[in-house]
Amino acid sequence: MTQTMMKTDFRREPVYIAVLALLLIAGFFLPSWLRFLLQTALAGGLVALGVAIQMRAGLVNFGQGLYYCLGGYAVGLLSAKLGITDVFVLLASAVVVALLAGALLGLLLARYREIFYAMLSLAVSMILYGVLVKAAALGSTDGFNVPPVTYLGWLPEREIRADVVYTLAAVLVVVSCLVVARYLRSGAGMLCEAVAENEIRLEYLGASPKRIVFFVIVTAAGISGLGGGLLAISTGHVDPLMTNWTTSGGFVFVALLAGRGSTIAPVIGFFLLELVQTYALDIAPNAWQMILGAVMLAAILLLPGGLWSLIDRRGKA
Amino acid sequence: MTQTPILTTEGLEKRFGGVVAARDISVALHAGETVAVIGSNGAGKTTFVNMVTGYLKPSAGKISFRGRDITGMSPRDTARAGIRRSFQISQIFPELTALENAMIAEIAALETKGSLSSHAITDARMHAARGVLARFGLEKFADTRVATLPQGVKKQLDIAMAAVDDPAVILLDEPTSGVSVDEKISMMESVITPLMNGEGTVLFIEHDMDIVSRFASRTIAFYEGTILADGPTEEVLRNDEVRKYVIGGTAHA
Repeated sequence: MTQTMMKTDFRREPVYIAVLALLLIAGFFLPSWLRFLLQTALAGGLVALGVAIQMRAGLVNFGQGLYYCLGGYAVGLLSAKLGITDVFVLLASAVVVALLAGALLGLLLARYREIFYAMLSLAVSMILYGVLVKAAALGSTDGFNVPPVTYLGWLPEREIRADVVYTLAAVLVVVSCLVVARYLRSGAGMLCEAVAENEIRLEYLGASPKRIVFFVIVTAAGISGLGGGLLAISTGHVDPLMTNWTTSGGFVFVALLAGRGSTIAPVIGFFLLELVQTYALDIAPNAWQMILGAVMLAAILLLPGGLWSLIDRRGKA
Repeated sequence: MTQTPILTTEGLEKRFGGVVAARDISVALHAGETVAVIGSNGAGKTTFVNMVTGYLKPSAGKISFRGRDITGMSPRDTARAGIRRSFQISQIFPELTALENAMIAEIAALETKGSLSSHAITDARMHAARGVLARFGLEKFADTRVATLPQGVKKQLDIAMAAVDDPAVILLDEPTSGVSVDEKISMMESVITPLMNGEGTVLFIEHDMDIVSRFASRTIAFYEGTILADGPTEEVLRNDEVRKYVIGGTAHA
């Protein structure tokens, strides 16, 4: 049964997400620098997941960093400028801001496909970049710092602060994966494949491709906003690079590299990319991009279906 | 035929600039009828189907379905109302399996009922999708990626998807085109029989008069954008004008 619904069946997802949860618990015992890397990668992983679910509908979003940045700046502005430090209020605001932006942009973007979709999403994200770079009050290209957050009135001691943030990030990422998995199993999620394959047929079956695309844009925006909020809290800093095309390009790359067979694939994929980047930087400070490029090329040539195809293939055999 | 027709068109007209693709098309289809539409290329057959299914907006005239004016409605809304179609060039989801194709048809029908957020892949729905494939003799292709299937099977799948949810009217645009001569009749049997067993009205565009006389009780002959004849199949096929302009024009093509 599972074999017959390869591309569109996400009924095994709870198992994969449980595996992710176990990995994240194990992550608790990593050396602190590596755990921090994992934590920031979780934030980016959510954005890559947002890119990946859009790819199921045949859409490549080259500006997903927009929502990442909006989420981050929502947290940053509320805490640094307005003095709101409760983490739950901050992250909820990040999600709401991103959802609103997604819904607004979705009205426009849901009519476009292929290169037009990619370029328009890129353009909007670069407009935000341009605005933030010019905004002296927000630190221009440097961005600004985000103060430590509180948890329903509790400010953890400095020594355990990192543990608490990591725990929060891990829990929220697992919850996000569950939410996305639920979305993928819904009619709106499943019909994304049909949008990518044949919109005309879908229209004549009585479904609205535009509405399906709108849903995926909004869903992706929400989790990306959360990712941005988590990054702001983790690093205590936000800057306009979050919405630069290089950042968005990284998310696209991870979505391709990881594959879209599971919600956990882009999350783990983003961590692996960060890891490769860190080691490459360590081994060859002047040529790390070359190492990274070689890894990317190898992954594309050897695993065109993404890393997740290794796991799927085993399921098929 | 004293009952009220399910679908009527009154004085339909379609112009593309100066070209008149359809003129004064008035047709009344009744529940449960099987109707063939014949005519040479460019006679307006597909234009007619495209207007009824909402792809083309008529320049003039009116389309009513179950007593409701549906002129100018979008393809999606006409599909939701209960008018479905299949295509001359099969419109399917090539990278997915036949079962997934049928599942999508089932799930797309869900949107009509406003429950797109519910779990899409349920055992009941899988069962229904398998049922759709079985009804059209496609169950053996359930797990095959449909891009690899022969042309005839693709067209059958296209029709099977259109038939999900038992639409009141189903329009088949040349169901046997692209299928080899010896397979045409068995292909028609495998798609028409299950459709005729339902309550729905079936209309199909066809060039092969043998198939028309075998499967359609009523035939509408198109010529240069107008209706030349409309009536019981034997009568229409015997009609002098039809023989001269329609059959003569296609039988030897």
